[in-house]
Amino acid sequence: MKQVVRVAAGQGFWGDWLEAPRRQVEGGPVDYLMLDYLAEVTMSILQKQKERDPKMGYARDFLGAIDSVLPAIVERGVRVIANAGGVNPVSCAQAVKELAAARGAAGKVRIGVVTGDDLLPRLDDLIARGHALANMDTGEPLTTVRDRVLSANAYIGSTPIVEALSRGAQVVVTGRSTDTALTMAPLRFEFGWAPDDWNKLASGIVAGHIIECGAQCSGGNCLIDWRDVPDLANVGYPIVNAHPDGTFEISKHPGTGGRISVPTVTEQLVYEMGDPHAYITPDVVADFTTIQLESAGPDRVRVFGIGGGAPTDKLKVSIAYRAGFKAVGTLVYAWPDALEKAQAADRVLRERLDRLGLRFDKIMTEFVGVSATHGPLAEQPNAEPPEVQLRFGVRGESKAAVERFTRELAPLVLNGPPSVTGFAGGRPKVEEIVAYWPALIDKAEVQTAVEVIG
Amino acid sequence: MKVRLVDIAHARSGDKGDTANVGVIALKREWYPILVRELTERRVTEHFRGVITGDVKRYELPNLAALNFLLHGALDGGGTLSLKTDAQGKVFSTALLRMVLDVPDAEARSLGLPVA
Repeated sequence: MKQVVRVAAGQGFWGDWLEAPRRQVEGGPVDYLMLDYLAEVTMSILQKQKERDPKMGYARDFLGAIDSVLPAIVERGVRVIANAGGVNPVSCAQAVKELAAARGAAGKVRIGVVTGDDLLPRLDDLIARGHALANMDTGEPLTTVRDRVLSANAYIGSTPIVEALSRGAQVVVTGRSTDTALTMAPLRFEFGWAPDDWNKLASGIVAGHIIECGAQCSGGNCLIDWRDVPDLANVGYPIVNAHPDGTFEISKHPGTGGRISVPTVTEQLVYEMGDPHAYITPDVVADFTTIQLESAGPDRVRVFGIGGGAPTDKLKVSIAYRAGFKAVGTLVYAWPDALEKAQAADRVLRERLDRLGLRFDKIMTEFVGVSATHGPLAEQPNAEPPEVQLRFGVRGESKAAVERFTRELAPLVLNGPPSVTGFAGGRPKVEEIVAYWPALIDKAEVQTAVEVIG
Repeated sequence: MKVRLVDIAHARSGDKGDTANVGVIALKREWYPILVRELTERRVTEHFRGVITGDVKRYELPNLAALNFLLHGALDGGGTLSLKTDAQGKVFSTALLRMVLDVPDAEARSLGLPVA
């Protein structure tokens, strides 16, 4: 058995740095490249794309990433694990196969496809058989919004990925796998951790949590000593160096920028944390209050002591549904009296919307440069600000009302308070809102399947 | 004496639905008990009055010298519904660090706390 397995993070979300995957496989030795593409509402965006074209519905950036690391896969045996499949992992895998062939590597890349997380085709059947799929936040049953549902996917764990690896897949494509499963799976596969070895599985989850947001644990978005984080232009993405006993070190390639230290890793550990005693995943419930960190040299942190317990008999389901429309627009007011002018414009705009009889669920005003991010907690500026941006948004069920609002902003340039600019972007865009509905489903209802092609 | 939280802790925040989480981490391990004592759910609720609509839940992580706060009703419905600039609660971290703590002079001196 290997005594160390190196899992490199190359993508923390869909839209992350395109350079990162290639830098991770070329910057030094790694065994696995882990790419996380999915956020809470990404699946619904992909579902809309699939409705327009049945061959779409996956993260297209993934093909560019594969293209940039293909030599490492073919010549050095680096394996890639990604939840890039979105709502169409089969088409995603097929596209990878075609890409490999186009690059002269036909038959040299075996691709594992994990399916079974997509519950959309089964939704009515599940509801009919008594699964309420109640909203975890509000308790409402899914029937409340059933006719507006766009996508429904169970968060699945590491087991099918382990199976794909054991069947020889060099690239594993999944749909809505949990972010952490992408890192945990290769560790389970390499070290043969038993499915009830809770402490080791919990270690795999914590390793996954630390690197799932890419550079956010290696100096990116890092508050502590932020001025002194070296060479962010050349930031190194994190690597898990895992051992059979469940301990691991976080590192990055030599010669890269950024920083890995106990504080930078701690900041990432608390990111998006709920109850730290129970970080629930399909494989294990990890206890984040057991995590021990210590410096293991420059840009290297050792992680150990992690405990966990048996998972629940439920899986979380990510459901997305249409929830009305919104639009947000901005104007910039200049000195003197910039804030006062922006406030006056806000009053004028609200009065005009009211006189038009437009009704919205929400009207929101922010004054960027004064109070947009911290609201009433922000101190009032002592000196007069050189400019203030008025940021005005509406949300409602009526697309026509939101559309009408977008035509009320620009006129303020000529018929509202003075010293206004920054409207070059034109009218605000009307966006359909796709909202998130978290629910639970019995594990027994979700059967995953693995296919290996190539 | 007055001690600014931003001088004794760092923080990161994120979102889960309409809830923002803020992890607050002591800059020195020996300062963690000050955070535990001063950053009560009641005081943090008070701090965010007018900013969040729900309640505040606190968890302790002594192993990381950190506290985790869940701020419910923080994000105007959350994620894609929200019209806010900070729809994903990314900067609630520094909003919490705006707090100023009252620490007895002797204790502040013995712990070497930076004075506001």
